[in-house]
Amino acid sequence: MRAWAPTILRGLLLVVLIAFLLSPGSFEPLLKPLVQQNAPAIYNQGSLLSLALLHLRTVFIATLAATIIAVLLAILVTRPFGTEFLALSRSLVNIGQTFPPVAVLALAVPAVGFGEKPTLIALFLYGLLPIFENTLTALTNLPRSVIEAARGAGMTNFQRLMQIELPLSLPVIVAGIRLSVVISLATATIGSTVAAKTLGEVIIAGLQSNNLAFVLQGGLIVGALAVLIYDGLSAIEGMLARRTGSA
Amino acid sequence: MCQHGPGAQASGFFIGGESLIGRDGLRVRFDKLGIVIALLAAYGALWSSFATLKPNRIVQGKAGSMLDSLPAWAGWALIGVLVVAIAAALFRASPWIKLIAAVAALAALTLSIGYAATFLTPAGNTYARVSPASGFWILLFAFALLAADAITRLDPPPGMRVLFLLLAAVAIGALLMSGSWNGLSIMKEYSGRADVFWVEAGKHVELALGSLFAAVLVGLPLGILCHRVAPLRDGVLNTLNLVQTIPSIALFGVLIAPLGWIATNVPGAAAIGIRGIGVAPAFVALFLYSLLPVVANTVVGLAGVPRAANDAARGIGMTGRQRLFKIEFPLALPVILTAIRIVLVQNIGMATIAALIGGGGFGVFVFQGIGQTAMDLVLLGAVPTVVLAFASAVVLDALIEMNSLVPNGARSA
Amino acid sequence: MIEIDAISKRYDGVPVVDNVSMVIEPRTVTVVVGTSGSGKTTLIRMINRLVEASEGAIRLDGEDNRSIPGYELRRRIGYAIQGHGLFPHRTVAQNIATVPGLLGWKKARIDAKVEELLTLFQLEPKTFGPRYPHELSGGQQQRVGVARALAAEPNVLLMDEPFGALDPIIRAKAQEDLLAIQKHFGTTIVLVTHDMNEAFHLADKIAVMDKGGVVQYGPPAELVRSPATPFVETLIGDAERPFRLLSIAKTGAAAEPGDADGAPISEDRSQQEALADLIWSGRDALPVISKNGVPMGRVTLDAILKRAARPR
Ligand SMILES: Nc1ncnc2c1ncn2[C@@H]1O[C@H](COP(=O)(O)OP(=O)(O)OP(=O)(O)O)[C@@H](O)[C@H]1O
Ligand SMILES: [Mg+2]
Repeated sequence: MRAWAPTILRGLLLVVLIAFLLSPGSFEPLLKPLVQQNAPAIYNQGSLLSLALLHLRTVFIATLAATIIAVLLAILVTRPFGTEFLALSRSLVNIGQTFPPVAVLALAVPAVGFGEKPTLIALFLYGLLPIFENTLTALTNLPRSVIEAARGAGMTNFQRLMQIELPLSLPVIVAGIRLSVVISLATATIGSTVAAKTLGEVIIAGLQSNNLAFVLQGGLIVGALAVLIYDGLSAIEGMLARRTGSA
Repeated sequence: MCQHGPGAQASGFFIGGESLIGRDGLRVRFDKLGIVIALLAAYGALWSSFATLKPNRIVQGKAGSMLDSLPAWAGWALIGVLVVAIAAALFRASPWIKLIAAVAALAALTLSIGYAATFLTPAGNTYARVSPASGFWILLFAFALLAADAITRLDPPPGMRVLFLLLAAVAIGALLMSGSWNGLSIMKEYSGRADVFWVEAGKHVELALGSLFAAVLVGLPLGILCHRVAPLRDGVLNTLNLVQTIPSIALFGVLIAPLGWIATNVPGAAAIGIRGIGVAPAFVALFLYSLLPVVANTVVGLAGVPRAANDAARGIGMTGRQRLFKIEFPLALPVILTAIRIVLVQNIGMATIAALIGGGGFGVFVFQGIGQTAMDLVLLGAVPTVVLAFASAVVLDALIEMNSLVPNGARSA
Repeated sequence: MIEIDAISKRYDGVPVVDNVSMVIEPRTVTVVVGTSGSGKTTLIRMINRLVEASEGAIRLDGEDNRSIPGYELRRRIGYAIQGHGLFPHRTVAQNIATVPGLLGWKKARIDAKVEELLTLFQLEPKTFGPRYPHELSGGQQQRVGVARALAAEPNVLLMDEPFGALDPIIRAKAQEDLLAIQKHFGTTIVLVTHDMNEAFHLADKIAVMDKGGVVQYGPPAELVRSPATPFVETLIGDAERPFRLLSIAKTGAAAEPGDADGAPISEDRSQQEALADLIWSGRDALPVISKNGVPMGRVTLDAILKRAARPR
């Protein structure tokens, strides 16, 4: 019975989240005590649903691009042609991770101006790192005997990559994507400081007008999205890992 | 296939593991990364501009090439240094040569940009601003890449890495003191608010280090407790995990209310600096974010202590407390230090956001700059943050490595 | 037929396999033995070009193995290694189907082959085909590894310590299976092992490697009778010599007309087994029967002991 509890909780969370996004008004009584008299308790400068969707869209585009580039780069530096770059790429990832997301965001503005673009760039650059690192770890730690067997069976390098190396690395790559998405969901809120349309708008509006209800609803929606996506990707990862017998 | 005589092998000129004179005659070997760097540098030097002159700090400016931005002799000197450095990057050479070339190029670039600023600013004009343009940044990136590659190949011991960092810090410090950058717009932004800058810098460090310190103070015992009391573990870790999903601005904001309530209703709270807005919510939020890595890594580190070591300690009659401090803790230390590295780097970054709720720190300049569309002001906030985070990472990585009892070749850097 | 012609492999100028020449007859089992690091793995991997030779040539049925791309060559040569190297994300059936798939066989033909091999290796196709490797025991994984190597009906099968990780009982079983399958398909097998018992049990010819060179290459009996170097002698072991000789000869070869009491022994058991039976049961002679149970005379302790003595 206890094993169900988390699943039920998550289901409940999803239902509440959807209900809140579709009809925020019905939650007004809950949030009312948090605001001063006659201040709005529900964000009223735009639709929460459309902000949430824009938020997700931004994160999705950035993560998709980051995944493609990070996986390609990791493949490149693990091929014989790219081995010269392997050590350097590890150092770069290590250095890159010390760049704070806000700084990346702020530094992107001079290059591309305000709006969604700097947010996408910051999310993309920051999202690259966990995925690249995980893909690299996965590709360089594959069981030797399996790779040997694939070569021995007469697979070309490309066949080996597509049929053996990538499928076996998939759970670890998905774990990287999961980390990346959670970071991006939170970082995207900061994007609102450079005029990107994300849920950060709600939070910042709350901070500016001293409206705790806004801050809370913005934060909780992002938090709920993060938890649900994190869990969903964890489940996928677990499934993939069980399949390869590594879990 | 040619047969090498006994002498032929030894007389080959070996550099970077590969023969400069190939087996099949005279074939010069290029360094693949060198080609990338050369292309980047060529793009930065030839097709992008070096410095931008703006009539005032907000409007768009006019960008010029190296030769436009510097007096002829300096422009050509810079180009000369860059060409030599590119050559060093391009051919297979010892990492030391590459490192020296990279450092020389970086020094030439940084000196020239300062000189360009003085050169371009019309005399007596205090509104005009000169800032580095895209070409400068690309060149900087290209040669930083060369330096990073050389250092990676040298694989210096931790002490030497810290030494490199100190040397870089001294060089940058000297540049700043010498005033050769004073013409640059970022320095003009600085000179206008030097006092505030150091106050905010202090707040930033205080926030990042203070919350780290608090997190270690609470997280270590909590981690030890979780290690010893298994039923507690999942609950604590899951809760802390949940905290991590809340975006930082929201957590900062949410904490304003309870802290404000404490400040007004708990006697003495206000006196020790607890306020609804300002440093307190930022501090608490950073503290909460920091707990997960510290607790989780303490648990992982302690769980990783070999059973045999623990049994042996018990066998020679150590008490529980002696075991903890003499055996388990030293063995778990590298993992715990790793958590501290993660937390410190993360806190330095997140402390920028504190500015949004009046918590101060370098974020003040970042968000002011964004608000005024004054990008030089953004840089004044962002650059020190990056430098601080990078330096802490290098120092802590070195510490971690020195504390790893098992020397292994697979280091993260 | 595999002709290895003055083959050498050097890493950074250091020879690892040094000027080795040998001819491997078709449909035979050749076992490569030698100390660790003597170059056994490197030698057999040069046959399927997982390692490219520095000098010399290898011809398969007269054709230089460099005349086609390496991956095509390897699809024609079976390769089984220690720790089996099964693909963990593919089912047993998909693992076995690897090379036929690469060769573009029709699905029906692949399915039939998979089923044939699973049955041959005594793994119920319905049960084991859909399983993942981690759902098998070590011995079963090993059998699947060999089945996969045989799937495209290669003429040549290279095996690098294939049974190294198995317990003695499963290992003996695997060896019997291998011999049966070798007969069934007529495959030419080159096998590396550290286990001299295994070598004597399986080999038509043994190649002894030492420091990158082949110091002796010949039938097992020859190695015992006239070891080429002291190293070969040590490898075989002074105390083991008589038993090695008996282990490679069949009881039937020592049979003579006559009667004996007690439980009979089959003509295809080794003479070593006959000796063990004689000693254990305290008899002077055993009745010998053919494979189908027809009496063939007897084998005496004397006859066996003579055969175990140093040949002169
Ligand atoms: N890729 C390589 N680069 C450099 N040296 C190698 C390489 N592969 C093998 N060697 C060296 O070649 C020698 C022979 O190796 P090989 O694997 O052929 O030995 P082996 O006889 O199979 O040993 P074992 O019984 O331990 O498997 C060893 O000294 C090994 O270190
Ligand atoms: Mg070997």
